[in-house]
Formats: sequence, C-alpha cells, structure tokens
Amino acid sequence: MFKCKTSPEVGGMGHSVKRKEDARFLHGKGTYVDDVKLPGQLTMVMVRSPYAYAKIKNINKEKALAIPGVLAVITGYDLAEYNLHWMPTLLSDTQMVLPTDTIMHQSQEVCAVIATDRYIAVDGAEAVEVDYEPMKALVDPYKALDEGAPLLRPDKEGQKDNQIYHWEKGDREKTDEVIAKADVVVKERIYLPRIHVASIETCGCVASYDKDTEKLKVYLTTQAPHAIRTIIALVAGHIGLSEEKIRIIAPDIGGGFGGKVPMYPSYVVAIAASFLIGKPVKWIEDRSENLVNGFARDYHMDCELAATKDGKIQAFKVSTLADHGYTDSSANPSKYPTGMFSICTGSYDYEHAFAELDAVYTNKAPGGVAYRCSFRVTEAVHAIERMVDKLAAEIGKDPAQLRFENFIKKEQFPYASPLGWSYDSGDYKATLEKAMDMIGYDKYKKEQAEKRAQGKLMGIGICTFTEVVGAGPSKDFDILGIAMFDSAEIRVHPTGKALARFGTKSQGQGHETTYAQILAEELGIPYTDIEVEEGDTDTAPYGLGTYASRSTPTAGAAAAMAARKLKAKGKKIAAYLLEVSEEDIEWEVGKYFVKGAPEKSKTIQDVAFAAYTNFPPGMEPGFEATHYYDPPNLTFPNGAYICVVEVEEETGAIDVKRFVAIDDCGNIINPMIVEGQVHGGLTQGIAPAMYEGIVYDDEGNVLNGTFMDYLVPTAVESPHWETGHTITPSPHHPLGAKGVAESPTVGAPPAIANAIIDALAPLGIKHLDIPITPAKVWEAIQAHKKK
Amino acid sequence: MKHTITMTINGESVTAEVDSRLLLVHFIRENLDLTGTHIGCDTSNCGACTIMLNGHSIKSCTYLAVRADGAEITTIEGISPDGTNHPMQQAFHDQHGLHCGFCTPGMVIRSIDLLKNNPNPTEEEIRWGISGNLCRCTGYNNIVKAVQQAAKEMQKESQSV
Amino acid sequence: MIPSNFSYHKATSIKDAIALSQTHGEEAKYMSGGHSLLPMMKLRFASPEHIIDISKIDGLSYIKEEGDFLKLGALTTQSEMEYSPLIKQKYAIFSDAIKLTADPSVRNVGTIGGNIAHGDAANDQPALMLAMRATIIAEGLNGQKSIPIDEFFHGFYMTALEPSDILIEIQVPKAKNRSGGAYHKVERKVGDYATAGVAVHVELDDSGICQEIGIGLTNVSAVPMRLDRGEDI
Repeated sequence: MFKCKTSPEVGGMGHSVKRKEDARFLHGKGTYVDDVKLPGQLTMVMVRSPYAYAKIKNINKEKALAIPGVLAVITGYDLAEYNLHWMPTLLSDTQMVLPTDTIMHQSQEVCAVIATDRYIAVDGAEAVEVDYEPMKALVDPYKALDEGAPLLRPDKEGQKDNQIYHWEKGDREKTDEVIAKADVVVKERIYLPRIHVASIETCGCVASYDKDTEKLKVYLTTQAPHAIRTIIALVAGHIGLSEEKIRIIAPDIGGGFGGKVPMYPSYVVAIAASFLIGKPVKWIEDRSENLVNGFARDYHMDCELAATKDGKIQAFKVSTLADHGYTDSSANPSKYPTGMFSICTGSYDYEHAFAELDAVYTNKAPGGVAYRCSFRVTEAVHAIERMVDKLAAEIGKDPAQLRFENFIKKEQFPYASPLGWSYDSGDYKATLEKAMDMIGYDKYKKEQAEKRAQGKLMGIGICTFTEVVGAGPSKDFDILGIAMFDSAEIRVHPTGKALARFGTKSQGQGHETTYAQILAEELGIPYTDIEVEEGDTDTAPYGLGTYASRSTPTAGAAAAMAARKLKAKGKKIAAYLLEVSEEDIEWEVGKYFVKGAPEKSKTIQDVAFAAYTNFPPGMEPGFEATHYYDPPNLTFPNGAYICVVEVEEETGAIDVKRFVAIDDCGNIINPMIVEGQVHGGLTQGIAPAMYEGIVYDDEGNVLNGTFMDYLVPTAVESPHWETGHTITPSPHHPLGAKGVAESPTVGAPPAIANAIIDALAPLGIKHLDIPITPAKVWEAIQAHKKK
Repeated sequence: MKHTITMTINGESVTAEVDSRLLLVHFIRENLDLTGTHIGCDTSNCGACTIMLNGHSIKSCTYLAVRADGAEITTIEGISPDGTNHPMQQAFHDQHGLHCGFCTPGMVIRSIDLLKNNPNPTEEEIRWGISGNLCRCTGYNNIVKAVQQAAKEMQKESQSV
Repeated sequence: MIPSNFSYHKATSIKDAIALSQTHGEEAKYMSGGHSLLPMMKLRFASPEHIIDISKIDGLSYIKEEGDFLKLGALTTQSEMEYSPLIKQKYAIFSDAIKLTADPSVRNVGTIGGNIAHGDAANDQPALMLAMRATIIAEGLNGQKSIPIDEFFHGFYMTALEPSDILIEIQVPKAKNRSGGAYHKVERKVGDYATAGVAVHVELDDSGICQEIGIGLTNVSAVPMRLDRGEDI
C-alpha cells in the first residue's frame, strides 16, 4: 500500500484531509452561474421546436415584442447577417446556432427572446408564433442508410447519404478467420441507450459585452474554459471578438460529468445578444431543455467473441452503429472519432480483434456528450464484459474462473493490446481476488445454488474492466488541433504561502484540495497554505480542461513537475544560504539540509523568503514556476466489481443485495476523495444499468424529458456501496497516479447487467439490454414462459 | 396582480410587493439575493430548492411567494451564524458528504428536518428521508454517514442541555 | 418553468372561498397544498386565471375519531398523517401509502384533501378511500353534502365536486377490533407515481372470518377504480 511521506499537517499524498472548498458550499455561499447578477442584466429564453423534423415557414415576433419588457426576438435570419447562424462542433461537423429554414430535432432552438426578466421572457417565448411544416422524421438509425432515406444534411458539401463516417481498427480478415475456426463463438447485439448526465445544475451563461472596451466576459458552466475561449474566437472572430478580448469565467460548477464540455448553441446566441444589445444577457437552461438537447452513448454493437472449448479467448469482433443525431458534436480528440472505443478488447490476453463503427445522422438531438465517461470506454467495456459472461454461460464455466484464465498477467505490463494500446500497469488477478474475498464469492455461489433449488432467482455479476484515461500524448491527441496537454502555475509568496493555478476546472472533484496536496507532497508546504484557482481564462494558464478523468493524469502531473522546477531552484538558494555547494544539499519533505550535517538546514519557507530577499547573485529573483505537461502515455485504471442481486419472478423487481468495487487507480492523492468519487460513479453506473434512458417515439418526440420520467436514482435506489483498492502505480506518471472518477461508471453497468442476467439464467434468458427495469424483466420472463 | 407580503427570513423581517405567480424560490434568490437555495428541476423532484418554512422542509420551486405571507423561513444561509457550522454542516464536511455542492443546501436542510421527526434514524430511514433530494455526485453513501454523525452529535447536544 | 399570469386570492373561510369562486367562475381554481396544481401550471398544462388559496382557512386540519368515523380535515398534510400516533396505531394502511407518496418535503405541504379532490387516478389516496369505503364531505353554494366515495370519481381529473365545491372532510369508518389493510405500489423509483397500486382493507369477525373487504386500485384506468370482482370473491 501507499506510505505517506508527509505529516497530516502538511497533508501530502495519501492523507484523507478534509476538503478546503466545502465551507462556501455548506453555507450557501458558492457562486454558480445562475448566482451571477450583473447590473442591467437581461434574460434570454429559447423558443424550441415541438417537431423533430420540419421546415420553418415563418416566425412572427410581433405578439412577443408587444409584451412590455420583451426587448428582442433573435432568429437565425438575424444571426445570418453576421454569419453566426452555424458553428463548428468539436469534431469538425457543423451545428446550427439558430435555424434559418429547417428544424432537425425536437426541442431544437428556434429563436431567442430577450427580456428584462425571466418571467417576461417566458411569456415572450410563448407568444412567438412559428409556422412549421412538419416532415416525416428519421428516428431509427438502422433506416438511416436505407436507400430512399431522406438526406438529412444536404447542407454539407459532398454528403450523399446519412453516414457521418466509417471507422475501423484491427485486422478484419485474420479476426474473421479465427472466429470462423473457433470451437465456441458467442454473439450478441448489445445496445447502450441514450442517456443524459443530468448534473443537478443545468447549463447556463451570463454573457457581458462592453461596447466601449470591446471586451467580452462570459460566466459559463464549462469544464474547459480555455478551449471554449478559443472556439468563440474561431466562431466569432470575424465580428471582432478576438481571443485577447474574451474572458471566460467558469465559476462554481454544479456537476459536469462531460455535459459541460460542448459549446451549446444557446451560449453563442447569448453572446450574440449581448454583443448586439450591449448589456449582460443571462441564459439558464431548464431541466427539460437540459435532458432533451444532448446525450451520451447510443451505440448499437454487434459483438462476436471466439474461444476454445475450454474458454481460452481467441478473438473479439464488434461492429457498431452509432446514432449521433443530426450532427456529430462528440467532444472527442480529432484523430479518435470513436474516442477510446478500441479499448474494447478488455483485460484479457489474446491476439486478434477487429472493431468498426458507422456513425449516422438521425432527427435527434446532437450528441456524443459524455456521461462520466466521454471517450466511449463505457460502451467498449460493456461489450466485452457482457460477452465474456455470455461465453462463461455458454461453456458452463464460472465467470470468475474464465476471467482468471484469460487475464493479462502482472508481468506482461506494459502490455500491447490487440488494437494498439500500451497498458501501463495492473494486477488484474489480485484485484479480482480481493473483490471475491471482500464479498464472499464462494459463499454466494453456494447460496445461489440453494436458492435455485428452491426456484428463487439470484444472480452474481462480475466486471473486470480496464479503463483508458488521461489524454493525452499530444502526438496523438488534440481537440480542434489543440494538443491535449494541461498546465500548472505556482507562485510561492515571500512568506512561504502559495497560489497555484491550473488549466483544468473542478466540478466537484475537489481540486482545491487535491492539487494543494500534490504541491504539499512535492514542496512540503502545508496544503492549507496553498490556494488553488481554476476557471478564469484571464488568470489561469492554458489547458484543455477537466473531463475524461484527465485532471490528475495531466494537470496533477503538471503540478508535480512545476513543483520540481521550484525545488531545483530552491536547492541553489539553500546552498547559497548554507554556504555549501549545490551538490552537498539534500532534500527531505519541506527542508533542504547539508549532506552529513542535517542540523544545518533551511525550510522551503526560508528558501521562498530568500528568493525575494537574499538570492544568489545573478539568479533571477522570485519563486514561481509553470509547467505544461504532455503525458508520454495514457493511464489505464482498472478494477473488479461484483454485484449480487435477487429478482422477484412475479413482478420483475430487482433487489441489489451487495455491490463491491475494487479499484486500481494507481497511487492515491486523497483516499477520502477517491472513495467519494467511486461512490458517485457507481450511482451513475446503476443509473443507466437499471433506470435511465432517453426514450423517443416514432415521430422523434422525447417521451421522458423531465425528472418525473427520467429516473435519476435517489438514495433509496442507490445501494450501500462497498469499496476497496489495489495499487499498481502508473510507471510513467510523476506521481504514479492514474485517475479514477470514470472507472465506476464504466465498471458498474456490466456488473449489474451480468448479475441480473445470471439471476434469470435458469429461465433461459441470456441477454437483456440496459436499462434493465422490472418491466423489462417481467416481459422477458413472460416471453420465455410462453416458449 | 401585486400583493404585499411580510415574512421572517433567517430571523429578519422582510416586506415586499410580489406578483401572484412569483415562485418562492425566485423571491428568495432574486429579490433577496439569497442564492444558496438552488433550482435543479422545476418539477419538485430534485430538492435543490429545499428550504425550511414554519419549521418544515419544503420545495420552494413549487410554492408561491405570496402564500409565504406571514411565514417564518430559514434558508441555508440562516441555519448557523456566520463562521460556524450547524452539526449537520459539520457532519457533511467531516464525512465528505458533498462534491459539487449544488444539492448540498437542500440536502442539509432536508436532513435537519428528518432528524426533527426521527432523531435516531436507521440507514434505511435516512435513505427514504432524503429521497426527495437528488445528488448526482456522491452516490449518497457519505451523505448517509453525515446524517448519522449529525444525529449522534445532536442527541448529545440535546442531552447536555 | 414559470406559470402564466393569474390573480391570487386568499380565502379566509369556506364561505369566503365559495364566494370568490362564484365571482370568478370557471376560470378560478382552488389551491390547497398546490403540489398537483402548481406543477401543471408551471408546465403550462393548466393556466387558471384565478387561484383561490384555501390553505389558510382555519379549522380544516385535524385527525380525529368521532362517532363511527375517523375524520380527516381536508387540509391535513400527508406528513401530519404520517406522524399521527392514531394513524400509526389503528390505520396502518395510510402509513403504507404515505411513505410511498412523493417525498417528505412534498408531503410536508401536500394535503389529503388535495390528493383526492385533484381526481388524478395516479394519486395514491383515492385507492385507499375506495378500499375503506370513505365518504367525502364537501361544501358548496347549497351548503354541505356528503358523497360516497363510489360516486366521487367521474373521469380523468373529474370528480363529483361542482366548480364551487370545496372538499372539507373525509370520513372513514372507524377501525374495528379486527380490521386492517395494506397498500402495495409498483413504482419505477421511490416517489414516482404508481405504475399500479392496490389498497386492501379487510374486517374480520371474532371467529376470524372475513366480513368485509374493500379493494381500490391506483392508476389502472382513467379513474381510481374499485376491484368489484375481487371483493365479491
């Protein structure tokens, strides 16, 4: 296990220090975007389409403008005058800011009403008269590529059908050949439905353009403030919003999970409105707008897993249809349109794999927005982990045993995966063993046998996943061409206290505490003496932001590296103060001392003071450092999750009895925070596994666009999570850390699905897609009874 | 249609003129600038807007401001004097019962009301008792622990009085 | 989500409320807890021009046994029912149902009268009232009237109440020595409206033979429904 190098007072790595950011939140003093109130501020409300696919014949503003307090109704035609009616997505597709002729999905923005107050703006939006000509919506992605399907994006040059792209990785022929010859092949079409992160704070902004200074300031719910600033400059540079005039401030963020990475059309409209009117304009999304206008997942995966008759995996093939809605607005690295989906070969050692994907347009909201996992790892892990269980069921082998027999072994790391990744470290066997010990696997197996003999339905589900996070090495990873490094800037003041700023942005992860702990670990300055700031592009160093569990792998590493620069400079100052040569100085946390004479020492605080008051001749004064960290590889957190469920045959009710999660996220900065992240991720794992899913009807109407029907788990649905760790430090990360926040969201759904399907196995049920609801279970049971 | 209303908020008397349709949550946030009370769903499912009205937790997004005439209201800003923690706030801090903080004010207020009716709840009773407050970050484990800690502390306090 | 404009009127007595209702006619709606009506107004599924607030009327919040009945004042909140020792001891079926209705903060405001008067087949209380063969006491232009529960629910959000009528009391036959009931609800998650719910009330004689049974169903048709055939068995 990890051994702390610092005292609890210094609070370096491994200490569960309490969070520094808590006080303001506990007292209602946080500042979220909707709490921002600027003088003269106006409110914007969007008019949204009731139809999924329609021509706009006319927009009549008159009745809205007649309402006292309604100042403007902005349409696509108004924006077209400034060439602002379209914008690029992060994956170089195009998205309407406001339409000039065609509506492409239900609830799409039609026009914006600007008023002096929220209530009037809502009345104004209701008074706008829009004349639509509805068309037959294309809802089923499997029909998108049919001959005769309507061409949804004729606006795109060269677009002849509804395919956005085809992607593939691996050796198709060899994989097909192995599958054709294999003893056992299991197949399944697995669907991961559309879901929405539904952070409790929705999205919003306050855009404030000052006509005198020509400066734009935007308070924005964003996880990536710098990237957004650059995008605004690219989208609106031609009207005079150049990058040095733009300041993005991400204040406190009420949960992000990837939903606050994209640039949403309403942000651009609010900026345009402020630019045109010269007053601050606030836009706050309501819950239905939030749920209906973005999504994650929506992958239809045809999987084939081949093995020998005794269960040695030989090859995996997956062909996916991805429903992206009317534009591909995935926030993925540009060379990775399907994100890290090729991690789908999982935690197992075999040679042959092939993955391909076709992305299509439909009349649905644009997506590829994350859900606590942005880069398609959840989809990949669900595919392989369901298939491994299906294989175990097929050949009648215990799923744990099958996994042990196929795991990549500890000594095989770094491991070159069949689809091209280099896994950094792990001990999958030890991790699964620990999970089995903790839950009492053998005891449950026995209990299951007894229950089955009594006709009761009980299931045990395992998931042993490998994640891939921490984008990324800049040679491979960029967003709109911007390399995916991240940054830290440290200023140690003369009194030995420090201010540190980062290119990332916490949305609840506790950066104000954990980054301070990293610096405490490296410099020996107590974490309580270090203030951490993020989110203001005028002050923070450039970085790509917080998503994809990348903050610790990138900005956390940058903090360590910047601290090491300071430590090196401090060594020179200490040598000067102690009147010895630099080679004679040694470091222990917080203190430089003379080799062989530990009583002769200077603390980091002494050295910081000297850096401003008594530094060596010729040395640059001050005690500050900046580092931009470009990771040499990604990190590969992994884990073993086990779930025990009971299912009531009469009603389909599912009771999650136990859930144990063992995570290997490398070295841990703050165990309390890591455990909290795992708890939260697990609840966001059971959510899509059993409750959530955006449902469309044949007309493209969303049927569950409020929290009354989009079922976010409460404390009652959320089980009592049990957690633990194994640690194999990442060999290439300066702190040996790997990142953790997404692992549980990735690992939990297959564990739960496997458990429920295991429970139903005696009835002959072999697969169910998530969310596995009591209704779905009940229907499946009835259907199998009829057979 | 305007109405003059008077209420006590966090110990201070407030008189204001409001429209019939003004929601209490907007009155608190926008008229009184007490922005610790949040809005998360508009359909009274999430509980981010939970406040104490006449000693009971209520969802202020589903309550007209005009109906609070004469009421005594406590928001998150009023549950402990500045610079101090109510035992519930302290417990949320100690047990890491909050991440992003957005649901926290409502969750804290709801939990205080829960302990009023049931000073020593079981884990299951706590889970049911906060079931009208959604948290998307914590997975609830540590919120449950926080309420358990606060229950212990508050029982000690009431015994020592 | 913000309601359309309306005029708010606070009723100080039942008579006052009825008079206000008469003045404003069809465009007026009574509001007690408001947790059914206000969400519909925010979603703009309902846009009444006048809201008559009956929640401030004194004397309509009580839980008491009187004569042959348990009498529930219409403005009694679900929470008051939940924590009432009398209910817990003798009318456990209410405790079953209330725990499954919305959530504690909503129950702090939502009233028993409102839950029934809204006429929503998805609400939980109507099924209980059917099972227990309750009587609804309403007051209107022509004074008080009592409506047997079987004549109360007319259709989708429609009840026997005239526009000016106010539901003021619910009367449930007093618990006998050997009577009891339970409510079971299938819901997608806690606090959800019922996918389906069933309330059962039984009365036994001294030898343990069932003398009376009432079964009410939640959300299986447009109106709260009595399971007659089940009762006959």
